Amino acid sequence: MTPSGAARGPAVRVLPRLDDTNRFFWTSGEDGHLRFLRCTACRHYVHPPVPRCPYCLEGSLVPEPVSGTGVVHSFTVNHQQWIPGSDPYVIGLVTIAEQDDVRLTTNVVDCAPDDVHIGMAVDVTFEQAEDVWLPLFKPAPELRP
Amino acid sequence: MSPPELLERRSIISGIGQSDVGRRLGRGELDLTVDACLQAIADAGLTRDDIDGLATFPGAGIGTGGFAGPSTPEVQDALRLKLNWHDGGLEGPGQLRAVFAACLAVAAGLARHVLVYRTVTESSAQGEGGRQGIGAMGGGRGIPRFSGVMQWTLPYGAVSAANWLAMIAQRRMFEYGLTREQLAWIALNGRRNAARNPKAIYRDPMSLDDYLAARMISTPLCLYDCDAPCDGSTAVVVSHVDYALDTPNTACHVNAIGTALRGRPSWDQFDDMTTFSARDAAASMWARTELRPSDVDVAELYDGFSILTMVWLEELGLCAKGESGPFVDGGTRIALDGQIPLNTSGGQLSAGRLHGFGMLHEACVQLRGEGGERQVPVRPEVAAVAAGGGPIAGCMLLTRGLS
Repeated sequence: MTPSGAARGPAVRVLPRLDDTNRFFWTSGEDGHLRFLRCTACRHYVHPPVPRCPYCLEGSLVPEPVSGTGVVHSFTVNHQQWIPGSDPYVIGLVTIAEQDDVRLTTNVVDCAPDDVHIGMAVDVTFEQAEDVWLPLFKPAPELRP
Repeated sequence: MSPPELLERRSIISGIGQSDVGRRLGRGELDLTVDACLQAIADAGLTRDDIDGLATFPGAGIGTGGFAGPSTPEVQDALRLKLNWHDGGLEGPGQLRAVFAACLAVAAGLARHVLVYRTVTESSAQGEGGRQGIGAMGGGRGIPRFSGVMQWTLPYGAVSAANWLAMIAQRRMFEYGLTREQLAWIALNGRRNAARNPKAIYRDPMSLDDYLAARMISTPLCLYDCDAPCDGSTAVVVSHVDYALDTPNTACHVNAIGTALRGRPSWDQFDDMTTFSARDAAASMWARTELRPSDVDVAELYDGFSILTMVWLEELGLCAKGESGPFVDGGTRIALDGQIPLNTSGGQLSAGRLHGFGMLHEACVQLRGEGGERQVPVRPEVAAVAAGGGPIAGCMLLTRGLS
């Protein structure tokens, strides 16, 4: 439990298995940037990764950094001990600033659960676990107490 | 070009059956399934030699303990059925996919009488330990990692449908001003009806205070917003409509099925979090019928989580968009003698998590006028049945007599 009154996530984090399609995403935080695949033709961001741009079916998809800012689309404070030893933690659904149909399930951290609200501006922050950099989100500076 | 024929109307539900339903019954899943199946076959006025089709959702080996029930090969062999058509599977428009497939198989002439079942033994499987999340015990060094869609949610402890559905509820609170006091009425109404259902799991009265005092699972959903794991099996016989006059009990005619999924098939990427694919399934169902929402006399709407019933009420047009909170508040409109009697057996919240098939069974009970103490006073002619939520949803209209 942090001073904010909530854990940063579950007591044990299940990690993704890295492969050639997802490695760029889960290791992106190593240099502090969040990345998504982006179409070279229609310029849409695409998530989760797929082989061909589902918008235009034409361009190639290349990982590109995004600003790392987003908005809380919805959230919940989990209390149930699905994962034994977990303190309450905030699961958030964050829409990235660049494109409103790209969302991440994540944890909202560095603030009290009561302060989390839909529409809240957030910034990415990474938590390293083994060879994975999990993108989490914290209140954007102007909203931080 | 003439409009396409609505093939589901060539099918009826000719028989229904249900095993004992309870917490930790201590009986095997095949045992319960055979009970339900034999009941349904007899109820349809048939013998097992008449059954030439078999279907289930989801089929063996899927999900956490006690979720899947026995496979169709196990049931076929246990009953020594000789089949012309058989089907089991997880993917499709929710739990009712097995019923929809059976309707179409009958319409296509692939089978004449299809036995469709859904069995759960989640209560026994969970023992005293309670409900598990998906992959909840995984993670950490040396423990298997996850690929596929679960990789996007499990690392964040979003390991249960309770978490995903909680975010739907939160979003509905934001967009529509839904309150916990309103949401409570799905649970309170279920409990009120369960008191009149001898097979229900929880029959003791529940008050709004009880609801509000219950422990939180994942805000804003508390314990009583989550259905009650149970052991039990439900079976129906889907027959060709030309059997309607021969079945010993009232035939429940399939009027329309709703199967669409037009948004992205994902818990976190679907375009409208307040509706998910209930929107699409309901729209596709209404496009296949001359009936209107105002014709619905009884509604059995999936309550794996209370919030899903609210979504179905709105998307099926049984109340106005965004208005399900005020609509259910106080419980009058959704009572047995209300405008739209809802989840008349107690639903999954109180009668047990029979996973969609309990809804279907109860709709038939009500259309047949066999609800006993919980029978809707004016015997219904049209029932709406919906199962599933999030990106997995299907619905259907059943009628008493041809419509």
